[in-house]
Amino acid sequence: MKPFNRKWIWLGGALLLIVLLVLPFLVKNYRVFQFNMVLVYAVAILGLNILTGFNGQISLGHGAFYALGAYTAAILMDKLGVPYGATLPVAFVVCFGFGFLVGFPALRLAGHYLALATFALALAIPQLLKHKQIEGITGGVQGIVLTKPEPPFSFRFLDQPFSADRWLYFFSVAVTALMFLMAWNLLRGRVGRALIAVRDHPIAATAMGINLPVFKSLTFGMSAAITGVAGALGAIVVAFVSPDSFTISLSIFLLVGVVVGGLASIPGAIFGGIFIQFVPNIADQFSKSAPAAIYGILLIGFMYLLPTGVMGGVYKSWTKLRARTAE
Amino acid sequence: MEALLYQLFSGLANGIIYGSVALALVMVYQATHHINFAQGEMATFSTFIAWALMQAGWSYWAAFFITVAGSFAGGLLVQRIVLRPMEMAPVLTNVIVFIGLLLIFNALSGMLFDHAIKSFASPFPKNSWFATKYFSAHQLGSAGVLLLVLGALFAFFRYTRVGLAMRAAAQNPDSAKLVGIRVSWMLGLGWGLAAAIGAVAGMMIAPIVFLDPNMMGGILLYGFAGALLGGIDTPLGAVIGGLVVGVLENLLGAYVIGTDLKLTVALVLIVGTLTLRPDGLFGRKVVSRV
Repeated sequence: MKPFNRKWIWLGGALLLIVLLVLPFLVKNYRVFQFNMVLVYAVAILGLNILTGFNGQISLGHGAFYALGAYTAAILMDKLGVPYGATLPVAFVVCFGFGFLVGFPALRLAGHYLALATFALALAIPQLLKHKQIEGITGGVQGIVLTKPEPPFSFRFLDQPFSADRWLYFFSVAVTALMFLMAWNLLRGRVGRALIAVRDHPIAATAMGINLPVFKSLTFGMSAAITGVAGALGAIVVAFVSPDSFTISLSIFLLVGVVVGGLASIPGAIFGGIFIQFVPNIADQFSKSAPAAIYGILLIGFMYLLPTGVMGGVYKSWTKLRARTAE
Repeated sequence: MEALLYQLFSGLANGIIYGSVALALVMVYQATHHINFAQGEMATFSTFIAWALMQAGWSYWAAFFITVAGSFAGGLLVQRIVLRPMEMAPVLTNVIVFIGLLLIFNALSGMLFDHAIKSFASPFPKNSWFATKYFSAHQLGSAGVLLLVLGALFAFFRYTRVGLAMRAAAQNPDSAKLVGIRVSWMLGLGWGLAAAIGAVAGMMIAPIVFLDPNMMGGILLYGFAGALLGGIDTPLGAVIGGLVVGVLENLLGAYVIGTDLKLTVALVLIVGTLTLRPDGLFGRKVVSRV
């Protein structure tokens, strides 16, 4: 087996960069918006995957953290006039704190019970957001309408103007890259191994000197923080938040994204994002209920046939191919 | 005082419904130690079938019993086909499969019977002799039905061989296998029973909340809260838990927090029970060996 040539990695990276830079100018504005949503979902799925895929804590309520991030960004921008770029770190910190707090009762809940508690959280969140007492801040049922940030400079490229959506595309790419880099750095070393150990055998992990409560609640915080950043980014990209965009379906979609992309796979989150953005659009053309049915069938199908998701499948066939060519 | 009593009784009436959903959840939990997230959507789907049968001109009780029998068979089939290969799989896999089932049943209800809200007939006429000032005929009637179901379940588990075998299979699968009980089929039976109870619950709820594919969303959560509060391994506890949740929800909704935070009550109850008293009010303490 030949070690991977460094030259090829640089070449591949450069090619990817060029594609990423040119892509938004090759398609219509609406498509660019959809690409932005793919990135937003990818970051949210990444957050959920850290918790569920790597640490084995099942959350059916990550839509709640997404909503919290989105509302944090929207309220900061709308009420306090904070520039949109500055809302992301705030969303990160707020969601980290909230996730850490949710992580505490979660320590006592394992498996199904945690799924159930987070399921309840996801069901309750739209009601909480609509509540009268905080209507002044959250905008109640109507939500908050934002304005899309203007690009800092304007030019035309390939006959396409540098529109707000295209500017947001580059902004989202940067945020997504940052989040993935952060997650990768967090998970590849000692911390990542500890998380997986806690998932696979908590008792043995404790015996190896891993502080279970600290690791579990910090993972919850980290996962919530990344999903919260996705929510904030989503609020900026869509330029609108309302309680009814954050129903239980959102949480379930995120779980679908994790499963399709691949549990415990970082690049899998991108596949997950592409999947939950584009598959419902295609399925919607057949019937109103089709997306849900397809999601359901795929969830069960993946669990049977490809439990490691698309990324796991790609990886498996890749190693098989290499083994064959090496012979 | 009058208003308080009224709230109390209408809470009890809701509680009966939550109790029956909780009962269905407990059935699956007892048999498989899984919490079935698809329970609500399965019950909704059963209710749609009953509705379709009645639209086709069947009488209420004929449709009722056929639906219950059909749901039993359906639940058994779901367990045999979808969940049996997953019996040994980790919890995460199971939860994902349950969510998959939830989506499929929800989509099926929407596809076959569309999303329009439908009214569902009650078998208990409004001016029955047993209707009182505080309870409508339907509320009292559904309470009676629930009590019947509970009694039948108790008798089934206490006095029949199959019931005993089911309890054995749930408590100690390995030993149960050694004495010749087909454990896997017992799990299937548990699913069938749960689907049948869910169907009864659905048909009792539908006249009150009206029938649409998302009918059970909130009710399932209250059912969960009730089951946990009473103790998820005791059928009687689950029913009592359901009643308590119903009363609490109504009283808090009327006097303390207002109606628009009712789901949050369920959330607080669930998290509170799980953290403070994970076995519920009537549940047995489970000690596990390392």
